[in-house]
Amino acid sequence: MKRILALAVCVLIAGVVFAGGEQEQAGSEVIKIGVFEPMTGANAAGGAMEVEGIKLANKLYPEVLGKKVEIVIVDNKSDKVEAANAAARLVDKEKVTAIIGSWGSSFSMAAGSIVKEAKVPTVGASCTNPLVTLGNEYYFRVCFIDPFQGAVMANYAYKEVGARKVAIVQEISNDYSVGLAKFFTDEFKRLTGDDKAIVAVSNYNTGDMDFTAQITNLKSLKPDAIFAPGNYTESALLIKQARELGMDVPFLGGDTWEAPEFLDVGKAAVEGAVFSTFFTTEVPITETSKLFIDEYRKEYGKEPAAVTALGFDAYLVILDAIERAGTTDTVAVRDAIAATKGYPGAAGIISLNETGDAVKNAVIKTVKDQQFSFVTTIVPE
Amino acid sequence: MSVQLFFQHLANGLSLGSLYALIAIGYTMVYGILRLINFAHGEIFMIGVYIAFYLVTLFVLPWFAAFVVALGITCILGMGVERIAYRPLRDHPRISVMISAIGASFFIQNLAIVVFGGRPKTFPVPPVFGKIITIGGVNIVSITFIIPIITFIALAILLFIVNKTKTGMAMRAVSTDHETARLMAIDVDIIISITFAIGSGLAAIGGIMWGLKYPQLLPIMGLIPGLKCFIAAVVGGIGNIKGAVLGGFLLGLMEIMIIAFLPSLSGYRDAFAFILLIVILLVRPSGILGSVQGEKV
Repeated sequence: MKRILALAVCVLIAGVVFAGGEQEQAGSEVIKIGVFEPMTGANAAGGAMEVEGIKLANKLYPEVLGKKVEIVIVDNKSDKVEAANAAARLVDKEKVTAIIGSWGSSFSMAAGSIVKEAKVPTVGASCTNPLVTLGNEYYFRVCFIDPFQGAVMANYAYKEVGARKVAIVQEISNDYSVGLAKFFTDEFKRLTGDDKAIVAVSNYNTGDMDFTAQITNLKSLKPDAIFAPGNYTESALLIKQARELGMDVPFLGGDTWEAPEFLDVGKAAVEGAVFSTFFTTEVPITETSKLFIDEYRKEYGKEPAAVTALGFDAYLVILDAIERAGTTDTVAVRDAIAATKGYPGAAGIISLNETGDAVKNAVIKTVKDQQFSFVTTIVPE
Repeated sequence: MSVQLFFQHLANGLSLGSLYALIAIGYTMVYGILRLINFAHGEIFMIGVYIAFYLVTLFVLPWFAAFVVALGITCILGMGVERIAYRPLRDHPRISVMISAIGASFFIQNLAIVVFGGRPKTFPVPPVFGKIITIGGVNIVSITFIIPIITFIALAILLFIVNKTKTGMAMRAVSTDHETARLMAIDVDIIISITFAIGSGLAAIGGIMWGLKYPQLLPIMGLIPGLKCFIAAVVGGIGNIKGAVLGGFLLGLMEIMIIAFLPSLSGYRDAFAFILLIVILLVRPSGILGSVQGEKV
């Protein structure tokens, strides 16, 4: 009896392992585009927002070269190791033509070498750390990069807030956060001409919930503003606890703050927080923007986030490249993506430069009446 | 560091320590009775707070009713985990039960991801818990004071049950020796179920207060606190309830105070708990309040 049971369990496990979608592409009737995003874990909302944009784009443009386009979504679980696994699965098992991903520069960077070796072009929607595309001719992005974003916020802090002393609170395990903090620091020091303009740098880890120790220490240093380029999850709690502890200084952040959870958790505490991002529905940039905003409102009944527009754009850029290349050969598609110039995306005109980055405007938003509200657009020099 | 600053840190440390203490008690009680590290305990803590969340938002129960009902459901869940994952392995080697516990932990976590969704949920904090009290120039949220108070009440009730009631006596007997306890006409199965119920109930209380203090819920939120509370239980002397409380407070205070005095090390916050574990295992493996078990020849 025991042996029969053991045998049955083995058969069951084997069945589960091999049943997992061994769907061969029927001839090549379907073009597969892989998507690896954090669908679970600390960054789940970010991934979900990008996927919304990608799915919407797939719904509006389901075909290219006469074939149906299928989106294959793999969860990278907000974890660098899983990101590498997800990318490996997309290139090895699913054999995709191109990949979109990921929210969170760390995860994109983790997948970088895998997609480069497999020669599968990958387009990031909102990952802004320069190292994602640097030295990797198979990685592109439809958004600006952090040296620009850091400078935008440093300028805002210096000119609009009038800050001369800023404290930084960064997520030490997150490449995006550390990178953006560094670019902010460089520009801020240049603007103030003061090498000690950054009074303190506090660290926290992904998933931390208690920032009272860091905040209490910063309070005594009396900065004019705090730059906290972390994810919405931790940042909302950070600002909330800071307000509870009686810190009234303005909080500045980056594009990762723009998620509904930021407003949910922060509530009244995040009122007046200012951050840079990619897109706003209040200033539609191209015809595609208008189309995107209308379709999104119809489909989801709410306002789209900036990264959703970027996910939408990433899909469109890939489709456009496949069309121009006339084939699904990954190297040819890669060359076509690299040649993208003046493509009207929902979040602006996309022209990819020699490192594969898009040169785009930055949008500054704030939280007003517990909603995200547009402040101004910053054009790169 | 000013007195005010120190007091603020102390208040936070005590608060965090109380939360750790509540959950550590669950670990220590189950170990005492079954010699099993219940790795699924962190997940019970997570489920407790999620149930409270859904009771308040979906079923629109007033918060005090929601918390009590969530407590009850979590107790039943804890007993259920025992019934399904641990009881069938009662006569098997201890390693099998431990593996089962790890499996239960992963199962509940991933079930939560599928059922509740991966995106963070915001715990609805009733205004009475969110009020900011200013004492001598220091701002402290009301929940920071409420947590230690509730913890001490729960602890008092627990110690009363364990030391002054027949059920408590039965629990202590079963911890000492299952066979002999059976000979004394104690139904060991029921006592074990009660132990799990109490441990899970305390985890639910801890979870709800955690949700009130840090209002962001994630399905994986039980993982790191679960590990830290296990460390707290070991540090205090696993199997010893007072030890678990001591360990919890020690860990919570240490975490906050080290960051307070050495802010440059704030990125290593979680590492301190594990460093403490290694130190305790090297220096005094039975824990601070644990009794050194000599080899009985």
